[in-house]
Amino acid sequence: MIENIRDKILDGKRLDRDDGRWLLEKAPLLELGALAQEVRLSRLPERAVTFVIDSNPNYTNACVTDCQFCAFYRKPGHPEAWTLTVEEVLAKVESAARKGATTVLLQGGHNPELPLEYYVSLVRETRRRFPQITPHFFTASEIQTMARVSGLGVGAVLDRLWEAGQRTLPGGGAEVLSARVRQRIAAKKGGPEAWLEVHREAHRRGFRSTATLMYGHVEQVDDLLEHLDAVRELQDMFGGFTAFVPWSFKPGNTLLEKWVKQVAGPNAYLRLLAVSRLYLDNVPHIQASWFSEGKRAGQIALHFGVDDWGGTLFEENVHKAADFVNTISVEEIVALIREAGFAPVQRTTTYEVVRRW
Amino acid sequence: MRFADHRLARVWDKVRAGERLSREDGLTLFETEDLLGVGRMADHAKSEREGDRVYFVINRYISPTNVCVLSCAFCGFARREGEAGAFEHSIEDIVGMVREEVREVHIVGGHHPDWPFEYYERVLAALHAARPDVQIKAFTAAEIDWFCRRWKLEPVEVLTRLKAAGLQTMPGGGAEIFSARLAKLLRYTGKANADRWCEIHGIAHSLGIRTNATMLYGHVETLAERVDHLLRLRAQQDASGGFLTFIALPYQVGATRLVPRPTPPADNLRTIAAARLLLDNFPHVEAYWVLLGEETASVALHFGADDVNGTLEDERVQHMAGAETPAGLAREQLFRIIRDAGKVPVERDALYNVVRVWQCEVSAGAARAER
Repeated sequence: MIENIRDKILDGKRLDRDDGRWLLEKAPLLELGALAQEVRLSRLPERAVTFVIDSNPNYTNACVTDCQFCAFYRKPGHPEAWTLTVEEVLAKVESAARKGATTVLLQGGHNPELPLEYYVSLVRETRRRFPQITPHFFTASEIQTMARVSGLGVGAVLDRLWEAGQRTLPGGGAEVLSARVRQRIAAKKGGPEAWLEVHREAHRRGFRSTATLMYGHVEQVDDLLEHLDAVRELQDMFGGFTAFVPWSFKPGNTLLEKWVKQVAGPNAYLRLLAVSRLYLDNVPHIQASWFSEGKRAGQIALHFGVDDWGGTLFEENVHKAADFVNTISVEEIVALIREAGFAPVQRTTTYEVVRRW
Repeated sequence: MRFADHRLARVWDKVRAGERLSREDGLTLFETEDLLGVGRMADHAKSEREGDRVYFVINRYISPTNVCVLSCAFCGFARREGEAGAFEHSIEDIVGMVREEVREVHIVGGHHPDWPFEYYERVLAALHAARPDVQIKAFTAAEIDWFCRRWKLEPVEVLTRLKAAGLQTMPGGGAEIFSARLAKLLRYTGKANADRWCEIHGIAHSLGIRTNATMLYGHVETLAERVDHLLRLRAQQDASGGFLTFIALPYQVGATRLVPRPTPPADNLRTIAAARLLLDNFPHVEAYWVLLGEETASVALHFGADDVNGTLEDERVQHMAGAETPAGLAREQLFRIIRDAGKVPVERDALYNVVRVWQCEVSAGAARAER
């Protein structure tokens, strides 16, 4: 079976749902991994692994969306809810810039009290004061929130952000792009189309973005395949996705915790990465999330079709709220990539080479 | 099977035919960039023997003392008598450490300068009397050698007397790396050398005492030294046949810092896989989660390992040397390691008798069942 799939890939044919289902459920893990690595090295023959120096601050934890998997948010008005001013956020951007970051991935809760101008100012002021920083701001559901509070459409909101200087969007908030799963874990976020619409409209305008997947909770194999199909189909339209980034659900302090029998571990992670590499034939990069899966799993992943190590994440609060903490320095990233047998290459948000270490 | 490195095809032909691998094959396994190629062959060899089974044991580690006359350069455990952090447990302490559900005790300690051999006999006898159901795995060949040298005894007498006191199996520690060069460099010449270590295991086997074997790697050894170590174990197993399990021990950087960073997980996976392929006469190869970490141990179950050791309620030796994993994992955590790999947890005793096959509900897929 793995040989059939290999032949199909070498013939330039696309994997279908049956192939995907077999890979996710039945394929021997190392056969799958070896094929993913073969495909990765044929598309990206340099034995290099990229990474970005970035920070991941938040501007608010106030949120009306009540996702079952989230330990970070507080309802607006809750004593622990907080929202930063534009200047407070810019202080965080400045702190990241001082540490050498080229990307700031800014995201936050869905706070209906913030006007569109707040978001636009964040982008404009970041571009103006820190030209070396790419504002990698606002996931799809935040864009939807802006559309709602402003009364403008998603497209018009994206136009405003583009005018302010934004060129990329982070891919968070996709969860699993399956109506059934999103209804179950993030009902107020809307169905898959709520996420897809934003990325489609963004790519149409020339934005680049990433696609994520949060697995390991209530999803089934067919939900995962729906997700991969949705990403692949959208990518066929504009080619705007730079990378695919899966990570496993972290149950600490969440409502979803009690519904998850076994947390997805490293083998499930390696399998998903390898399947992503094979199934998403039009997405250039597959990213290992050392942050959520651990540095060891991250290093092993470099042999399972992955070519990107993600970022330094100088500041991160969302996983921290689920009692999950991990830190790394640039020196450590470089050492980890090297000792795994690859050349470390620092990149920008959009995968241009900054420096070969 | 298709390989990124064509040299592995030749090795694979031998593995499939059940032929023994050569030293050159062993070097290829350690040198190739095709990590998953090595892993797939080892997975095949493991699956042929054990299918999807992965063993674990409810056990307890006990160190009677960390007082030691040696000063091995890789060791963060040993203390001099009276030094801060030195400990010496009484027999009552030791017996009291074995909780109700423990099935195996693993006893390893320093080379104490003064404790008479009879003390060790009394420790085992007291444990055996208090908990006759608990299997006693005690004393590395290095410790046996120390008892012999310190108290002018022969190994056969030491082992016969310990067996009479309740010893059932022996752990595989103290082998380090069989290399005169490294013994000198890392100051373990005062410890049983390769010949002596193998001799003692051979005698144990002849007395019906099953034993384990280890290799301490990931410091300053060469890949050839690893291969030679494994081949020496294979030759000893041919001669005496009593080894149960091979355990690869990655060096813990901790405070001794022979190298700046621990060897990476890919090297740990590769070493386990190479051991499975080279040690064709060893029944079992272990992924020792305490040293590997849970993630690597779990992935290693696809790289030829069929055992994760046990619950290990106390593991002072490695823990003091800086092992990151908190000592003591509940059975549930071992299940997590085994089931994430899509394998079936099999609870065993010290001799690999099956105590219970635990039902596996989790598929190999990434998805987790909705309740």
